[in-house]
Amino acid sequence: MEQEIQKNDLDLQSTQDIVVSMQDIGFSYGNVPLFKHLNLDISRGNIYGLLGKNGAGKTTLLKILSGQLFIDEGKTTALGENPQKRTPSLLSEIFYLPEEFPLPKMKGSEYLKVRAPFYPKFDHNEFARFCEEFDIDLEKRLDQMSLGQKKKVLLSFGLASNTAILILDEPTNGLDIPSKRQFRQIVASAMTENRTFIISTHQVRDMENLIDPIIILHDGSVIFNDTVASVSEKYVLDLVTEEPDKDKAFYTEKVLGGWMVLNERTDDSDGKPLDLETLFNVIVDRSKGGTK
Amino acid sequence: MQFNTRSPIYLQIAEYIYDLILSNVWEDGQRIPSVRDMAIELEVNPNTVIRTYSLLQEEGSLENQRGIGYFTAKDARSMVLKKRRERFLKKELPALFVTMDKLGLSLQDLQEYEKNRNKKEIENEVKPQEEQ
Repeated sequence: MEQEIQKNDLDLQSTQDIVVSMQDIGFSYGNVPLFKHLNLDISRGNIYGLLGKNGAGKTTLLKILSGQLFIDEGKTTALGENPQKRTPSLLSEIFYLPEEFPLPKMKGSEYLKVRAPFYPKFDHNEFARFCEEFDIDLEKRLDQMSLGQKKKVLLSFGLASNTAILILDEPTNGLDIPSKRQFRQIVASAMTENRTFIISTHQVRDMENLIDPIIILHDGSVIFNDTVASVSEKYVLDLVTEEPDKDKAFYTEKVLGGWMVLNERTDDSDGKPLDLETLFNVIVDRSKGGTK
Repeated sequence: MQFNTRSPIYLQIAEYIYDLILSNVWEDGQRIPSVRDMAIELEVNPNTVIRTYSLLQEEGSLENQRGIGYFTAKDARSMVLKKRRERFLKKELPALFVTMDKLGLSLQDLQEYEKNRNKKEIENEVKPQEEQ
């Protein structure tokens, strides 16, 4: 992989170094199989969006790659290490923000003193700036905060930790309306070409323009891992007023005033690009037919 | 900035930048916000801004000075003006003619409208002063 790195500093996506690699993963909860032959590569310098239906295994996947769950089959590598070994060198480069979590009975400022030393690249100035933007009172006890406030403390902490991998599981759940906007701004400002963010979410509209590439988890495996742009370059959505031939079109959806049809893009296409919700529906819908 | 779903985000950002250049908010040869600052302002993925900046750099309306940052080209405004005029003549004007045919409007009708529009604009400008 190393020799494939292109020296074009304008295009982060061309720096193909892989930070997380999952090969032929099998995982079960007891007798209930979840992942079968799952493969996934994640490359540096991107904000990935992890999408999937309820129960698809988004949180499980994130826990596997951060060493919190152990796989039955296959091989996982994060920053060149096996996450199941939980080495300090790896754990100091991964921050994981769970969807729900208990926080200790201490003030935000005390939490910072206890936890920040685990992350060698922790930036205290950034942390202070994020807290100010999120309007967090660090002298308040964490266990007395609302879910949204707790989330903002840990988000600020995770972003300021400057870890190579930052995992956010449903980060905008519990955030109020102004905080969602601040979230997008802070994530954009904390992103660098050396970091990789993996954000799992159902709230695609909160992050429509933030997450790209998109990973779609469905039926025990990764059925899509690509940029939205690469799909928009190939396909467009056209609104038609006559009912389309369902066997011919890739995807159709009944909407107000007609049908949305996915067509291959031609030079004079003036259809619209896929939004994330439609992209998700198209990919999941098409995977049912066994084609990809 | 409000994005629509009609075209990819990176192209919408390009249009936004063209507007900034055309309206002289960004002057020729001036330094423009970094990728990160633009991403924060627009609340988008920094890689999307990189894509837009690369596109405009290829076109020649932006320049990247290594280690310093991005600048508008010295002839950015005239380039964008040329590009937008071309698009108007090739795409928007033919569409306008089609609509005019449909509605039975001639160029003379439009000229009348243009005169009246100018008059109305003048009236509108005068009005607030009359009220005082």
